[in-house]
Amino acid sequence: MEDDAPVIYGLEFQARALTPQTAETDAIRFLVGTQSLKYDNQIHIIDFDDENNIINKNVLLHQAGEIWHISASPADRGVLATCYNRTSDSKVLTCAAVWRMPKELESGSHESPDDSSSTAQTLELLCHLDNTAHSNMACVVWEPMGDGKKIISLADNHILLWDLQESSSQAVLASSASLGGKGQLKFTSGRWSPHHNCTQVATANDTTLRGWDTRSMSQIYCIENAHGQLVRDLDFNPNKQYYLASCGDDCKVKFWDTRNVTEPVKTLEEHSHWVWNVRYNHSHDQLVLTGSSDSRVILSNMVSISSEPFGHLVDDDDISDQEDHRSEEKSKEPLQDNVIATYEEHEDSVYAVDWSSADPWLFASLSYDGRLVINRVPRALKYHILL
Amino acid sequence: MAAAAAAGPSPGSRPGDSPEGPEGEAPERRRKAHGMLKLYYGLSEGEAAGRPAGPDPLDPTDLNGAHFDPEVYLDKLRRECPLAQLMDSETDMVRQIRALDSDMQTLVYENYNKFISATDTIRKMKNDFRKMEDEMDRLATNMAVITDFSARISATLQDRHERITKLAGVHALLRKLQFLFELPSRLTKCVELGAYGQAVRYQGRAQAVLQQYQHLPSFRAIQDDCQVITARLAQQLRQRFREGGSGAPEQAECVELLLALGEPAEELCEEFLAHARGRLEEELRSLEAELGPSPPAPDVLEFTDHGGSGFVGGLCQVAAAYQELFAAQGPAGAERLAAFARELGSRYFALVERRLAQEQGGGDNSLLVRALDRFHRRLRAPGALLAAAGLSEAATEIVERVARERLGHHLQGLRAAFLGCLTDVRQALAAPRVAGKEGPGLAELLANVASSILSHIKASLAAVHLFTAKEVSFSNKPYFRGEFCSQGVREGLIVGFIRSMCQTAQSFCDSPGEKGGATPPALLLLLSRLCLDYETATISYILTLTDEQFLVQDQFPVTPVSTLCAEARETARRLLTHYVKVQGLVISQMLRKSVETRDWLSTLEPRNVRAVMKRVVEDTTAIDVQVGLLYEEGVRKAQSSDSSKRTFSVYSSSRQQGRYAPSYTPSAPMDTNLLSNIQKLFSERIDVFSPVEFNKVSVLTGIIKISLKTLLECVRLRTFGRFGLQQVQVDCHFLQLYLWRFVADEELVHLLLDEVVASAALRCPDPVPMEPSVVEVICERG
Repeated sequence: MEDDAPVIYGLEFQARALTPQTAETDAIRFLVGTQSLKYDNQIHIIDFDDENNIINKNVLLHQAGEIWHISASPADRGVLATCYNRTSDSKVLTCAAVWRMPKELESGSHESPDDSSSTAQTLELLCHLDNTAHSNMACVVWEPMGDGKKIISLADNHILLWDLQESSSQAVLASSASLGGKGQLKFTSGRWSPHHNCTQVATANDTTLRGWDTRSMSQIYCIENAHGQLVRDLDFNPNKQYYLASCGDDCKVKFWDTRNVTEPVKTLEEHSHWVWNVRYNHSHDQLVLTGSSDSRVILSNMVSISSEPFGHLVDDDDISDQEDHRSEEKSKEPLQDNVIATYEEHEDSVYAVDWSSADPWLFASLSYDGRLVINRVPRALKYHILL
Repeated sequence: MAAAAAAGPSPGSRPGDSPEGPEGEAPERRRKAHGMLKLYYGLSEGEAAGRPAGPDPLDPTDLNGAHFDPEVYLDKLRRECPLAQLMDSETDMVRQIRALDSDMQTLVYENYNKFISATDTIRKMKNDFRKMEDEMDRLATNMAVITDFSARISATLQDRHERITKLAGVHALLRKLQFLFELPSRLTKCVELGAYGQAVRYQGRAQAVLQQYQHLPSFRAIQDDCQVITARLAQQLRQRFREGGSGAPEQAECVELLLALGEPAEELCEEFLAHARGRLEEELRSLEAELGPSPPAPDVLEFTDHGGSGFVGGLCQVAAAYQELFAAQGPAGAERLAAFARELGSRYFALVERRLAQEQGGGDNSLLVRALDRFHRRLRAPGALLAAAGLSEAATEIVERVARERLGHHLQGLRAAFLGCLTDVRQALAAPRVAGKEGPGLAELLANVASSILSHIKASLAAVHLFTAKEVSFSNKPYFRGEFCSQGVREGLIVGFIRSMCQTAQSFCDSPGEKGGATPPALLLLLSRLCLDYETATISYILTLTDEQFLVQDQFPVTPVSTLCAEARETARRLLTHYVKVQGLVISQMLRKSVETRDWLSTLEPRNVRAVMKRVVEDTTAIDVQVGLLYEEGVRKAQSSDSSKRTFSVYSSSRQQGRYAPSYTPSAPMDTNLLSNIQKLFSERIDVFSPVEFNKVSVLTGIIKISLKTLLECVRLRTFGRFGLQQVQVDCHFLQLYLWRFVADEELVHLLLDEVVASAALRCPDPVPMEPSVVEVICERG
């Protein structure tokens, strides 16, 4: 099982921002943003050659500041958005901007014979998500199914919906909403639901999860005390429209049905420290990936609450009798939720994990010390799910 | 032995068996006979054979021998002996002969006198006998005369004797006839006087005769009269029987008389049972009245006494009388009685059960057990009498049911007691603290809880034990000997309670209000210790106690001690882990707020350790004290006595230099990572929320790990100015100074704090660390 071995790539700087190149569906490509206060920050475009198990990288300079969050446009391979820190005279401002990478890097095939640092190219700024009114952008989320024109950013206690106009060179604030309440409320994370025509966004602040309708910018649901401590991240089930996963500082991953928010559907407690990231596999939603500051990445199989609780349902037309028999057999046995694998290649806290947008069996995880690890779903499980 | 030895060769030498058969056999047989004789006279052949040197009985030279031959002897003497010896033997012999002669003479004289007196006696006897013969002859003749006379007398009296016999016969007959003729009047008189028994007896006596001679008109008349009277008699008896007022014995008498009068038994037994039913129902009604809500119900003992004496006693009498009277009825009659008893019995049981149900709430078992005992004991008599009615089985069933309910009740009681204890503890913990008094309370509280639970358990056991006491009549039923002990008491009560205790305790771990506010941490700690104590000692003690008190006969599988212990241990572990999480969270929140709310870029040069760090140390110390009250110290990794100093120097100078120095040099941004990675390669991965062991050090290590990891993660999310970094440095050094003493492996604290400072340095655009000496001074001052 040689090609089940993880592929490790090291960055020179601390890093906590990772995203797959969402619009790319052929090549396996991840974008990583670094965090350095002293040097120019970079965005590494990491190409993974699945057949040869080789990593190709390209480096783009991101001189605006250290990157806290990165997200790629779902429509345009060359467009991405970052949240970055700008330090100016004892003030730290977190801003957000939309960038375009040089054309030749979009497809990643560009050969960079020299070391990246010498030939590093610069990103082209498309527009700022104007933050004069609101500072501290926590994250930027693209409309998942759209044409890359809508984007939501979370700043302090505001949720802002932007329209990108004139080929993304201008961002117009379309609407916004804010959290009322006492104390300093701050969004930590948000996700855009791919269901309901992309009209729902879920956000996390402190221990609460909230759902928003983007048309009216009003709250749909609210899960108070979703976690015992801070909620770090959340993700929508790509196949079941009311299902949502969240993770947080209580070391737990919880699965919610947003129609009944009093009780989580399921709770996982496998990590021994804060869980920073939770991601559903884009096509097989029983596969759930979590990254934690206990330096572990855990891949769980949540069959019982997935869209395929009885295994993969094959269309009747394209299977022979024998296969029919097999699938019947499979559907009889109830499948158990379990942890598929725990990946311990990281030595530092893992702040970001994500699935590749091109290969549903491949994922990357990024730890603070700049180590990017690319792993695959175990082959046996893959066949089990497919057949 | 001799015989055996002699018999030995004989089987080999049977006649015809061997050629020398006859010759060999004759001496063989003779010797055998000799042997027998000798054996008889106590002379063994072996003995004889054993002394050939001694005087041989066959030796002809032996003077005293039987085969003595004087010639041979003399010859021998003359041939063998010298002269002197000959002379000696001669004198010796002469002397002996003389002595023998005189002896013989005296013997002859003595015997002669005896002969003479014997001869005289015989002669006298001869004369006496002759006289006696004459007298006997005379007696014989006299007897003959007497016989003759007597024969003549009896011949003369013969005639008269026969006449007297005849007259006597006539007299008897006449008396009988007189009785018969008088019978109607006598019967009437008896009936009038109420001497029914007498009347029935007369009737019985005359019945057969009258039946026999009914063809004679006079007798027929008598019989008719008698029948009329008897009918009246029967009428009256029935009357009396129906009136019922009289007790069961009189009724039984009536029935007996009626039966003797030949009334139909079937009908009688119906009526008898109907009457008995009336009486017993009366009893049941009075019992039911006692049950009623309005009058103050008598205690259960009194109730069962009433039931026992009234109903069960009545039932017994009825059954006994019935069986005596209607024994002739056969199985059908017995079946009727059984059905009767079953029906009434079930009503009685229903009443008893209702009464017992009222008793369920009460705490006192002894009264209940005594009542049950009486109840059960009382029913044994009718049970034995009426095996078919299944009364005693039903009674046993009721007793068993009550026993089961009592067990359930006690289990509930124990649970309630446990919850009560917990409430008490909560109150005690929440009570306003008297300064300095709060500390020792925890151990006391634990002891209180443990002892009060134990005493509750013991009380329950004692109460339940009453059911199996020797003197209780149902204690030897199979249920109480087997299932009650093992399944009921051991499994249901004790094991059930321990399990529910563990569950209750565990429920504190996953209480919905995950904020930790729901349960005070001290309670978690206390429960954890309690469970651990149970694991180490109490469970086995309780179970041993139970097994001793209730000699459990092992036909049912019981939960082994080890399983329970494992459960208790798991509970204790979870509680302690939860405690660590809760306490860790409290400190984490403090640290997190302190990092998140501060503006680290524009902070001033550190002059002091921040107050929050002092607070962290104080809280940790308080937790240390709290845990120390209940848990042992635990094992630390070896360390030198001057630990804090030594590590400080390492920490702040060499390591610090090694790690921060490259950060300023622009050429090597890689080195920081490289160094920290290499360093991490050699240190073990720190499991932050890892399970804890049952000792203070492990608990404190867990809490500190959680807190410091939180600090690390929070620091990484911020950007620090130069002074911000220095403040972190100061704070970490301060923590370093005070926290190492709490943990198992101080290296762990160093590692985490190092990482905090390193991360802060990385998050600082202008990292200029403070001089270690200054840091030291500030910390010592703070």
